[in-house]
Amino acid sequence: MNKLADQDARTQGPAADQDGAVRFNAVTKRFGETTALDGVSMSIRQGEFMTLLGPSGCGKTTLLNLAAGFLSPDGGEILIGGERMNDVPTYKREIGMMFQNYALFPHMNVAGNVAYGLKVRGVAKQERDRRVEAVLGLVRLAGFEDRTPRQLSGGQQQRVALARALVINPTVLLLDEPFSALDKNLRASMQVELREIQRKLNVTTIFVTHDQSEALSLSDRLAVMSEGRIRQLGTPQQIYRQPCDRFVASFIGDANVLRGRLEGVEGASAIIAIGPVRVKVPCGPLADVARSAAVDLFVRPEHLALSEATEACATHGTIVAHVYQGGYVDTYIECGEASRDRLLVRSGGHEAMTRWPTGARVGISVTSGEAVAFV
Amino acid sequence: MPRSTYQRLLGFIGKLVVVLILGFLVLPAAVVTIAAFNDKAILSFPPQAWSMRWFAKAIAYQDFRDGFRNGLIVTAWSSTVALAVGAMFAFALNRYRFRFKRVIEGVLLSPLVIPHFTVGLGFLILAAQIGWNRSYTVVIACHIVLVLPFVLRSVYVSLRNLDQSYERAAASLGASPLRVMVTITLPLLLPGLVSGWLFAAMLSFNEFTASLFVTAQRTQTLPVAMYNYVREFADPSMAALSVMYIAATAALIIFANAYLGLGKVLNIEQTR
Repeated sequence: MNKLADQDARTQGPAADQDGAVRFNAVTKRFGETTALDGVSMSIRQGEFMTLLGPSGCGKTTLLNLAAGFLSPDGGEILIGGERMNDVPTYKREIGMMFQNYALFPHMNVAGNVAYGLKVRGVAKQERDRRVEAVLGLVRLAGFEDRTPRQLSGGQQQRVALARALVINPTVLLLDEPFSALDKNLRASMQVELREIQRKLNVTTIFVTHDQSEALSLSDRLAVMSEGRIRQLGTPQQIYRQPCDRFVASFIGDANVLRGRLEGVEGASAIIAIGPVRVKVPCGPLADVARSAAVDLFVRPEHLALSEATEACATHGTIVAHVYQGGYVDTYIECGEASRDRLLVRSGGHEAMTRWPTGARVGISVTSGEAVAFV
Repeated sequence: MPRSTYQRLLGFIGKLVVVLILGFLVLPAAVVTIAAFNDKAILSFPPQAWSMRWFAKAIAYQDFRDGFRNGLIVTAWSSTVALAVGAMFAFALNRYRFRFKRVIEGVLLSPLVIPHFTVGLGFLILAAQIGWNRSYTVVIACHIVLVLPFVLRSVYVSLRNLDQSYERAAASLGASPLRVMVTITLPLLLPGLVSGWLFAAMLSFNEFTASLFVTAQRTQTLPVAMYNYVREFADPSMAALSVMYIAATAALIIFANAYLGLGKVLNIEQTR
């Protein structure tokens, strides 16, 4: 009896809420001959900040537009709050959306813009004013009610757009590259602010961007997309540290590609030989690979270290340039033997610069066990 | 580096050519304006004595008064109907894909290339067939056909310049399509609609060739009345009327440009 009730609760109540604030089930979308989305499935939890990341043309914006109802899918289904949305028009979906150019109505002032969604819902004037005031306070724009969008800076316009989307208490907040029009400093502070507000309101959020650092810093989870498919879905740490394939490894963060050879498998690890050195990597992506096959080892710049050329290292190279970045130094190294491209080594402080001037020969070693390898 | 004599000469000639071309463009208007203030009863140039009496005569002349009134009636109806019809077609052409779209577009824009006298003659024959050849209806219908392409273009351009995300934003906030249309699309299109109307109104009010075919004594518009006048008389009241015409049109255009952003609609305005 008890058990049955438990099961019931799991399958209907919390399960639907926890696992499916927004769900895409095998969603397909075609534009003429091209397939923009190819059977994409994803489940976004209540209150989660989910990022869709990928190069242009990967289908991320199409997926967002499908969630918004601006497009309808050719296959599969879209659920918001457990309800099938395929044939529900945008205006009945209870979504809040922020556009790349903010799309503030130019013929209305700030208060008019923010109140629009409430007016449409028939909220009484007094209640409307109260809620507009509250949400403008939330985005720190109290007192801006009578300004027109044209009189606002980029950051202020963005906050109005956010306020306008949030005031209707949407079941899901959709963000279409909202930071791309802001300069770098403003962008960083707006990101922090947006995340804070999103957490405070616990609103389920889908965020589209092509900026991988934005995706890593903001998301609870992110989906890396390319050519209409999800390549990998996981937390920023998972994606950065355990990319599942070449595309993800090179799209997220900087990666050095070193030529190696698969030497053997030890439990969950594969051993890769690079010169005289052996590096352990997760064996997942190498499951079907024959012994002593050539593989590419992907190593983050901060996981490579410079040493004297005389020491036994993974590989050797010649320093092409040091790029001083304040807190760290990026060193570019020409290295014919192990890598097609120049290697990038990131080291803290600036000893590297003084110790090995441009043109010097250095040894390069892999310092951590966080490398991954693909065929 | 100092410019050579050759370059300076070239620059001077260039400026001279520009001034001559511009001068040539305003020459007719200038000549008519000067002639309008001539005291003599013949359209001579240049005038010996000055007077305003031809303005008074032009304003008092009954055919001109009727023509002005008829013109206003025809213009108001034709440009308003053309705006409504043109706006609907512009919407359909901009928003939807359908069969024969190009054909429909071609037909709608065809009055641009069909000579006005052909349109006028066509309406004259048609009107004679159904016995409407003395009515305003025929004149108005004829003018609608003639100004429709311009209204269509004007609305179409403003629709294309309208960022789709405004309407999407409104829809995402819960506004039904009708509500989006009334509260977002139409207000944002208003400058385009108004200047499209003004453009149509100016064309209709000034239209002569087709009007000559379809108007009768009772329904003749101002340009037709002027033509009939100039066939019999050659005094400067015609010139005086032309000056008033120019002044009124210029005032309208300046107003439209200042308050409605006509330039933006016609795609000629740079960023401010």
